[in-house]
Amino acid sequence: MSKMESYWLDLKQLDEMAGNRTVLHRIHPCAKLLTTVIFLTVVASFSKYEISGLFPMFFYPIFLIILGELPLGPISNRVLLALPFVIFIGIFNPLLDQNPVVQFGPFFISGGWISFLSILLRFLLAVTAALILVATCGIDAIGMALLQLKVPKVFVIQLLFMYRYLYVLLEEFIRTIRAHSLRSFQGEGIRPRVWGSLLGQLLLRTIDRAQRIYQAMLCRGFDGEIRLIRQKKLVGMDIVYFLGWSAFFIIIRLVNVTQWLGTLLIGGY
Amino acid sequence: MHMADALISPVVGGTMWLATAGLATYSAKKIKQGLDEKKVPLMGVLGAFIFSAQMINFTIPGTGSSGHLGGAMILAILLGPHAAFLTIASVLAIQALFFADGGLLALGCNIFNLGFFPCFIAYPFIYKQIVGERSNQKRLFLGATIASIIGLQLGAFGVVLETVSSGISDLPFSTFVLLMQPIHLAIGIVEGLVTTAIILFVWRERPEIIQKAAMSESLGNLTIKPVLVGLLAFTLITGGVLSWFASSNPDGLEWSLAKATGVEELQAPEDGIHGILAAIQKKVAFMPDYNFKEAEESVVNAPKGKVEESWPAVNSGTSTAGIVGAMMTLLLAGVIGKSLQLVVKRH
Repeated sequence: MSKMESYWLDLKQLDEMAGNRTVLHRIHPCAKLLTTVIFLTVVASFSKYEISGLFPMFFYPIFLIILGELPLGPISNRVLLALPFVIFIGIFNPLLDQNPVVQFGPFFISGGWISFLSILLRFLLAVTAALILVATCGIDAIGMALLQLKVPKVFVIQLLFMYRYLYVLLEEFIRTIRAHSLRSFQGEGIRPRVWGSLLGQLLLRTIDRAQRIYQAMLCRGFDGEIRLIRQKKLVGMDIVYFLGWSAFFIIIRLVNVTQWLGTLLIGGY
Repeated sequence: MHMADALISPVVGGTMWLATAGLATYSAKKIKQGLDEKKVPLMGVLGAFIFSAQMINFTIPGTGSSGHLGGAMILAILLGPHAAFLTIASVLAIQALFFADGGLLALGCNIFNLGFFPCFIAYPFIYKQIVGERSNQKRLFLGATIASIIGLQLGAFGVVLETVSSGISDLPFSTFVLLMQPIHLAIGIVEGLVTTAIILFVWRERPEIIQKAAMSESLGNLTIKPVLVGLLAFTLITGGVLSWFASSNPDGLEWSLAKATGVEELQAPEDGIHGILAAIQKKVAFMPDYNFKEAEESVVNAPKGKVEESWPAVNSGTSTAGIVGAMMTLLLAGVIGKSLQLVVKRH
């Protein structure tokens, strides 16, 4: 089951990246989380036909990938895997909106293609921003940031718990599905006759495991709360990071730097 | 059917985030009140279970294709709606963060579509009603299947509404609905049958798990309705008002910036670039309503006459400038980033 295995490997890789110790990794997770939110909002707020104005936004992911010393391979892999849905919805734009709006010599480009391209750019920006956030924080730090931002504790604990068990369960699922596909002639899909028993069996095992885990946790003094050791305080650098990027995004949103630079270079008119 | 950040507007994303945050807080409070801390590890492990199970392909007989499990209905049946909602929310959050399925801005929409409808609508109003107090195989089968199908249909409809009111995709409402609902009917049927198969298996092997889940539920069920009705009304009203606002002002940030600064002229200028200095002064004038008079003359048919707000100046000069500028911007970002890296490393 290649998909599950690839997910499993990706999880591991992202976790390793989060363990790096770069300047970027030292920034407070709250600052990084809020910056990402502002970034995504600004990207989404660009008008539907904006292309050139979106380009300066690439400063953000490019900077972060370089500063965080993140490998490009796994990140671009995930971007490619997520692409089909966006293309599926976006490809209707060129079909539905055939108004020519841009002219290159004898060629006209329709508004639909422009907005489609714009969608692809937004997608690229949004997806890399989210992956970078995880790759530079790690799930524990994000959980801590969420707690500080007053997200309900039950939810944060749930998030962290689930993340931990994902490793265990994914491995178990991979083994089970592999065993099934080795014994069946139908490739990777699960036949309807075993839908219930295969997943049901896994579910029962999961529930039993949860109970064992719960007992073990009680034995070790669990009282319904998860205490995170890594408590960090916001320092000046974090605030500068947040405010600096936010100001940059808003300026980019208001001034089309790309157009300006291009005009400057080809001599204006 | 995860929505992506690229396809939604900040207004829609923000509204759905608010609705989802409200629901999550409410659910968290409910779980805390129930003092059912035993559920916490169960929620975590079941979340991981659903996450993994979603990746298994189920062969659909006679078609050669395969389907997947959504999982919210199983969670609701095993955990009750509140814990199930938080669990599915955490599954979606991990998917958005680590695997780029959906996005962070769209996360509110996704949690609402895939969590709210199955947990707070399909489960209490369909599954519970059909299965009732004394469950048997037939009722479980009917309840789980129908509830899964309806939950998914509502979710798909949510996707349509959110996408259309964002206005980034050109798909008209009717086409999109016709595209989404039938596909998700098929998906919903498979999902319903898989859910049923699992639930029935568990019911045969360990009936106490299902019964216990059903019993711990009955307390919370009484109070949920008024809250739900209020919440629905709230969502419909804000959704209605905001989507009207969104369609007349597609650009929420621009609008709010103009409001905040009180500068009305922000939208006024119609021209493109006259010179660098003028450009800096005009700022938002880079997104004028549209000014492609030359192009328009050569266009015979303007479909629907609906030429949207803002493609800045059409003329090959500006387009080339745009492309050159874009290249330069990327190059510049790379160069500055690289040199920054060198500086940082030296320290």
